[in-house]
Order: sequence, then C-alpha cells, then structure tokens
Amino acid sequence: MATHKLFIAGSGGQGILLMGQILTYGAMHEDLEASFLPSYGPEMRGGTANCTVVVSDKPISCPLIYEADALVAMNLPSMLRFEPLLKRGGKLFLNTTLIEERPKRSDIEVIDVAANQIAMELGNAKAANIVMLGALIRETGVLQPKSIEYVLENKVFHGKKASLLPLNLQAFHAWQR
Amino acid sequence: MKPVFTYTKGMRDVDTSYCPGCTHGVAHRLIMETLEEMGKLGDVIGVTPIGCSIVAHEFMDIDMCESAHGRAPAVAAGIRRAQPDKVVFTYQGDGDLASIGMGEIVHAAARGEKFTTFFINNGIYGMTGGQLAPTTLIGQKATTAVDGRTREQFGMPIRMCELLSTLDGAIYVERVALNSPAHIRKAKQAVRTALELQEKRLGFTFIEFLSTCPTNWGLTPPEALKWVEEKMIPYYPLGNFRKPEEV
Amino acid sequence: MTEKVLMKGNEAFAEAAIRGGCRFYFGYPITPQSEIPEYMSRELAKRGGTFVQAESELAAVNMAYGCAAAGGNVFISSSSPGIALMQEGMSFLCSAEVPVVVLNVSRGGPGVGGIQPGQADYFQATRGGGNGDYHIPVFAPLGIQEAVDLIYEAPQIADRYRNPVMVLVDGMMGQMMEPLRLPEARPFVATEEIAAYKPWSLTGKAAKGGKRRVVKSLLLKPEQLEEHVEQLFEKYALAEKELVRFETIGLEKADVVFVAFGTISRLVAESIELLAAEGIRAGMIRPISLWPFPYAAFEQIDYTTTKAVISAELSMGQMIGDVKMGVNGRLPVQLIHRTGGIVPTSLEIVEKTKAILQGVK
Repeated sequence: MATHKLFIAGSGGQGILLMGQILTYGAMHEDLEASFLPSYGPEMRGGTANCTVVVSDKPISCPLIYEADALVAMNLPSMLRFEPLLKRGGKLFLNTTLIEERPKRSDIEVIDVAANQIAMELGNAKAANIVMLGALIRETGVLQPKSIEYVLENKVFHGKKASLLPLNLQAFHAWQR
Repeated sequence: MKPVFTYTKGMRDVDTSYCPGCTHGVAHRLIMETLEEMGKLGDVIGVTPIGCSIVAHEFMDIDMCESAHGRAPAVAAGIRRAQPDKVVFTYQGDGDLASIGMGEIVHAAARGEKFTTFFINNGIYGMTGGQLAPTTLIGQKATTAVDGRTREQFGMPIRMCELLSTLDGAIYVERVALNSPAHIRKAKQAVRTALELQEKRLGFTFIEFLSTCPTNWGLTPPEALKWVEEKMIPYYPLGNFRKPEEV
Repeated sequence: MTEKVLMKGNEAFAEAAIRGGCRFYFGYPITPQSEIPEYMSRELAKRGGTFVQAESELAAVNMAYGCAAAGGNVFISSSSPGIALMQEGMSFLCSAEVPVVVLNVSRGGPGVGGIQPGQADYFQATRGGGNGDYHIPVFAPLGIQEAVDLIYEAPQIADRYRNPVMVLVDGMMGQMMEPLRLPEARPFVATEEIAAYKPWSLTGKAAKGGKRRVVKSLLLKPEQLEEHVEQLFEKYALAEKELVRFETIGLEKADVVFVAFGTISRLVAESIELLAAEGIRAGMIRPISLWPFPYAAFEQIDYTTTKAVISAELSMGQMIGDVKMGVNGRLPVQLIHRTGGIVPTSLEIVEKTKAILQGVK
C-alpha cells in the first residue's frame, strides 16, 4: 500500500472533521499508520472547516500535505480554494448538491456525489458526510468498507447515538457511480 | 517569679535588618505571637515579598517561601493547593501588593483564596530607597516625586481595603495601625480573627497595617508614629470593611 | 502495553502529564493549546488532582512555584507569548531548585505572531528568557507519541534535578491526531506522603520533625551567590552527561547531513528519501534534547565523505549556532529554513539542498 494523502473541506456543521476522524479510526482498525490534522485557529471561527488525513503502511513523515491524492469538496468555496492542492490525476469528490460550478482543471478525475440530496432521500440531510465518505472509500480503496462500518458502529453511532446507525450505514453504501 | 514578657517562639533569636523605628518588627511579632498562641507554629507556611521584608524568613522561625515581586498571592495559592491543612499567609508591602502585584492580589481575593494576606502600608518603597508607592499620600515627597505627589502626575493613592472589600471572595478585610499601644492591641485582635477565619476556610482574609518608614520619610521614629496618626489615618480610615456575620 | 487510542495532541499531552503523576495544573487559555486547560479542568478533579485557571501566565507559573515548593507535582503549559510571561518564574524555579514540568505548544513570533507551527522559541527555551545563570532541560519530540513519552518521563527528571523541565512542541502537534499508546498511570503522591517523598519541601515544621525549611533565591553576599550558582552548575554538568538525547539516520558515507528537530525533522526524513532517489546520500542528526544539545552526535559524521551540514529550521536560524559548535569548523554549515508558520515542502528542501551541494563542490 502506498501513502494516501486526503484533504476534506467544507463548512462548519457539515461533519468535515468527523469524516477525517472516521478515516483515521478506520486506518487504526486496519493496523495502518494514520494522522489527522484539522485546520485550527481563527479560521475555525469563520465557519470553514478542513482537515488533512494521511494513511500509510509505514510511519508517516509529515501530517501536512502539499499535494493531495484525493480532495473532497463539500461546498463551492472549498472547491475553488483547494482545487490546486490536488495532484495531477488526483480524484476530486464534488458535493454536486451544493456545487453547481465545474472545476477548472482538466488533469484531474472528477467524481460527482450528490451527497446532500442522497442523504435527504434517505431521510436525514445531516448524513451527507457519510454518503460522501462511502464514495471516497469506494473510489480510492484507501480502506476497506468494513473498517468504516466498524468505526461507525463502535466509535461514532454508539450509546445515545446508536439509533442513528442504520441510517448512516445505509448512507455509507448509498452512492453509486 | 512569673515572666511578664518573653520572646515569642515564632521569632528567631537574631537581629532584624529593619531600620530603627520601623514597624515591620511589630507586625512580625504580632503574627508569630498569634500563631504561637494558636499552636500553629509547626503547621504554617508563609510567603515573603520583594521589599524590605524579603528576608522575613530570617526572622520568622517557620517554613517560608520567597516570591517574585508582587506574586506572593499566586505562590500562596499554589501552596494552599498542595498543603490544604496548613495555615498559609503572605506578607507584602505596598509596592509589591498594590502596584506590581495588583493583579495577583485582586484575583486571589476574587477567588476567595483560603489564606491570609498581611499588607504593610507605609506609603513608600523602602528597600529601593524611597520612591513613590501607589499608596504615597498627596503632597508626600518621594525620590521619584521630589516636590511631593500630585494628582495630575501620579493619580490618587489606592485604598486597598476599600478596593478588596468589593470582592465577595474576601470575607474579612480590616485596616489597623501600628503607631500606638492601643492600635497595636487592636491589630493583634485582627490578626487573630483573620487566622481563625482562615482555619474555617471561608474565603480570603486581609489585614492592612498602617506602618512607618522613618528612614525614607526623613522623620525620627516618634515623628513617624505621629505622622501615621495625623496624615495616614485620615486618608486610610481604620476599621473593618468586611466580615462574616459571626464575627 | 496499552491499546492504541486516537487523541488530539493537546489532550494526549494533558493525559500523559496526569499519568506521569502531575496532580496539579495551573493555566491560562492561549491558542493553540487551550485544549490542555480544558482537559485538565474536566479530568483532574475526577482523579484526585487540582486545576486552577490563573488570571495570567505570570500568576500560573508562580502558583506552580508555590505548589511545587510545597511538594506538589505540577504541570503547566502555554504557548510562546505565554511562555515569555512565565520566564520570571523559570528563573526563580531554577534558583530555588523547585521541579515543575512545562510544556510549550509553540507558535510563530515575534510578538503575538501566528499560531501555525514554528520553532522560533529555540533561543527562549535553550538560552532562557529569565535572568541569571541557569539552564532548563528542553526536549523536542517529533510527534505525539514521542511527546507523550517525554511528558510522562519529565516529572522524574524534574524531581531528580530539582529543576524545571520543558517539553517543546508546536501548534500542529497540539491540534493533530495520531494513533498512540498511553503509558500506565503512576499514582499521585498523596498530601500526607509529601513530607517523606520531598523532605526539602514546605510541609510545615511539624511534618518534618520540627525542622523548618525556606525556599529562597535571595543571596545578597556575592560569595554565597557564587557558591550557590556553582552548585547549580555541578547539577547542570551532570545533566549534560545524562540527558543528551538524539537520533541519527544514515550518517555513514553521507554526502550531506541535516540537523533538524521536531516537525521539520519529519519533512527532512521525507527529503532524504527523495534525495536518495536522485543518488544523493543524505543523513540526519535529530536532536531530541535541545538543552543539553547533542554536540557529541557530530563526532558520528563521516567527515571524509560529507560535504556540508545543513541546519533545517522553522525559524530564521536559531539552532545553527549550536550546529556550528558541533561541527567545529570541519565543514561548511548552511541553513534551510522557513518561518512565520510556513513549513517547507520536502521538495523545497531537496531543491535547496542540491543548490547548497553545488555551491560547496
């Protein structure tokens, strides 16, 4: 396995940091090395949120990235701002429910995910991040889907939030290419 | 024959470094004598300031800790956390407490820190040689105010008891003077009350001693005592500013 | 061994301090380390410790001084400007020989600066911002696990030397998450055990069989002060033998050797691989102890093959003086650096290294 550098961006309240943490837990579940770096400081008060996740089978040299293998844009400002971060041939995951514009670059692979719409159809728009996570896992193969299922069940939707698990598992598998 | 006067066990048998006529010695003795009477000399930790009384640990025969200028209340707050069962006090002058350490004393009072602060107010910086203190009176001369303090240049002197008594964490705030036997007897009673209230862990306890500095005031010791009576007490009225109902 | 957990750096540091036996925390909020006082406020009371939110870093360090003088095991933390305010206390702690563990989750400076990763506090940490002749052992981990292990060990070093010990990380380490293993918790020293555990501490005369103790740093007679400082420096000489820590990578037959600590050392490791792909053998000395600085590590450089030593720093070059002392004129010493919170890319380091090697041929 190579080192995967993932960048996830959106606005506060979209569950951006949770997506990053789920990926990191998933990597731990597979005994892989992982790092999670959220944006911090005044930026986080401005309503934007982003995070970097690096997953690898060897010790991670740096949790900061200058080239992403995959970029998740959950809203338009994120796509506009972070598109240049994607490496040539990298995968851009677009939340097309909220982003009508198309990216400028032509040397990348664009994967359309109507995350909010799919989540709403399932009955909870808040699960848009999990819909997107399902697409990210399926298209990049960075982790096995069952690892994410394990994390959703044991680290996120447990205890008081256990009732949300079925819907989120459904959301995780909802997106089809 | 019954002795009528002896050394207190709380004071070490050494000469103090204080000038003739300075009332630091009186304040030291009142505190140590009271602790001896309360049987607390083995269970007390004191914090010394920066100023003439930085060396109070040479004279008080108890566990003591030096502190940086103004920080004694923070140091005492730390000691209180590690030693919840001990008597803890700070001993601070006016430059230390009311100038550089204003933040520490105000927040110690606001938090209701369970220690006692003994505040020596002689209206001048003693150790550094007679500079203006936050408590220097209007018209009083200092080496940084050679024509005397003016409101325009230095503002008005700070009344610490009045200020701290506005904070609910301070449960006992009293101003006493060390310029006459009658005032000293009252001061001793205040020390006792403060330490007894500390033992009840109700909150912060504070005593301001109006004190003398004949050397930097340029007065003889008797003149200095009179000056306290005639100049200081009118601006810094004696008495209690805050106490629990039971006192 | 404990199970791997995922925690935010700052929370892991706080937990490591608690597990290391630090029972008292005095702090003041400052980004990027405010999760530490928050964590301490939640956790310490539950576990028999005490948290105090001080009115300033100045008060916090002095509370730490008082508490530790009275025998408490104390942990304090802040970020660069807050650490600057604490320097008064550092000097007092060293002179009065009071052990405290200090964590700096540093940021860029000078002034308020920025909160992205920086290493511009190297001088502040290793040269001391306080007055007088003193040293503070400073350890600079490269990631959360190493930081956790050092914070856990720090109270033992502080107690052994009766001196503050600093762990220096950056805001990125404070904010990020990496899987880590937490060490087993050491029990807190109970109040009634302090007098026996730290006989020098202020516990009241009665607790010490009638012997009183004064914690002080005032020594007005020059002969006494000189003697006191010389005693401190006997201790520091021992620290220079016992506390030197570093790691080396690929020094044998290297063309170029980097010296880097903390976050940038991780980038340098990546650059070393990239350089190898281009046929350039690069090695690294990674100081873990910044004071005492690992001068001895420079004897491991292969001076027959190495053409240059590069100090890689997230500052305008504060460590480079120590690097030059280690190299001692045997090779040219160059600087690769960014500052202000910018971390260079590994490619940037590679390009600059190649330019440096061109210049020294």
